[in-house]
Amino acid sequence: MASNYYDPADLRKFGNITEWSEELGTKFFEYYNKVFEEGALSAREKSLIALAVAHVIQCPYCIDAYTKDGLQRGITKEEMMEAVHAGAAIESGATLVHGVQMMNKYNKLSM
Amino acid sequence: MATKSLKARQSDLASTQNQLDYLEGGLFASGELPRFKDKLADAGLTALKPKALEILQINLGYMCNQVCAHCHVDAGPDRKEIMTRDTMEQCLKVIRTTGAHTLDLTGGAPEMNPDFRWFVTEAAKAGIQDFIVRSNLTIIRANKKYHDLPQFFAEHNIHVVSSMPHYTRGKTDRQRGDGVFDKSIQALKDLNAVGYGMPDSSLRLDLVYNPSGAFLPGDQASLELDFKQALREDFGIEFHNLFAITNLPISRFLEYLIASENYEDYMTALVEAYNPEAVKNVMCTNTLSVSWDGWLYDCDFNQMLDLKVDTPLRHITDYNEQVLQDRNIIISQHCYGCTAGSGSSCQGTVA
Repeated sequence: MASNYYDPADLRKFGNITEWSEELGTKFFEYYNKVFEEGALSAREKSLIALAVAHVIQCPYCIDAYTKDGLQRGITKEEMMEAVHAGAAIESGATLVHGVQMMNKYNKLSM
Repeated sequence: MATKSLKARQSDLASTQNQLDYLEGGLFASGELPRFKDKLADAGLTALKPKALEILQINLGYMCNQVCAHCHVDAGPDRKEIMTRDTMEQCLKVIRTTGAHTLDLTGGAPEMNPDFRWFVTEAAKAGIQDFIVRSNLTIIRANKKYHDLPQFFAEHNIHVVSSMPHYTRGKTDRQRGDGVFDKSIQALKDLNAVGYGMPDSSLRLDLVYNPSGAFLPGDQASLELDFKQALREDFGIEFHNLFAITNLPISRFLEYLIASENYEDYMTALVEAYNPEAVKNVMCTNTLSVSWDGWLYDCDFNQMLDLKVDTPLRHITDYNEQVLQDRNIIISQHCYGCTAGSGSSCQGTVA
């Protein structure tokens, strides 16, 4: 067994999760693949959303996978970085909007 | 980026045997990935056989004005192997009698062969339906003597297929060398000016996209739309179709994969994307490749690996289409490059 938590080579084995729970694994991958097909959103747009989310949830496998996916789709590095900023803005906004709660509590407790 | 060929640098990978050993070893030797022949066997195929010959692809030489990082030919200014007029005469004999409907001239930069125009003029007389020249574009702007190539191509109704790795300067120049993008844009404008690539024009101009790195090409139709929009809006350039081509793990692209530690992931991606539908139409089933010195190969990639056709008659001087039709196509793990996803060939996707 590897002595570190994340090994890039493990991404190639993602499909193996189905071996220990075939029904759930199969259903998951069917759902996953369906999500990223062309739809009301283009597959290209969904790839950029996935890249942004990958950064927010800090999944190294997903970052590797969707950087490569973006390259394959001809997505530019400027587009990729803007997507990461969109994710980061929401994440920092989510922190900062709690500042309102802090202000409310502060005001309530203060004379 | 390297500015010399593997051969000039005396790289270990200049040896085709070393390349073939690499393709047989690693993940394939350990059994982690199946060999290409095993994949064929899964589909009940014991060998890959040719169908009717459609395309005769002639390599006029490995000399080129560019030294692209991904080049499977290991072409460059330091390569001196070019086809002589004697060998061209042999080719013309075959062109006059072949059942193939397409003649496809490639290189290196085929235009750098001093007998290029003579050969094109003679071959055009043979009445081939589709006459392709694979031009790297920058050659048109490389020297005054090449500036009139667009007119020359037009006079002979040649179908021009040109490399254009991306519609942005950065990606293009990193793969193909500094300044390549601007020269390519100017060359495309020169081709448009004589009618090439314009909507409804019979002068066909198609572009070839190949990924600038260790990833597979995306959807050909989507990429074509992106290229058309960007080249039209940014430069007013028109072209007909985009061929998305997968980089095969041989020669300088293999060197890049190994040096950047992408080889194993890239081979895994190719094997995982294996598409049995693409196998039915891989280009070696309808194409024959001729080298600068007249040897016959199943495809341009096998030519660069020095895997000559598996028949007793293997030279243009002994050309016999019937004998060639019965051969088994020589395969190795590089073949996964032509069967990944929607497949890949010199004419783009195949599935």
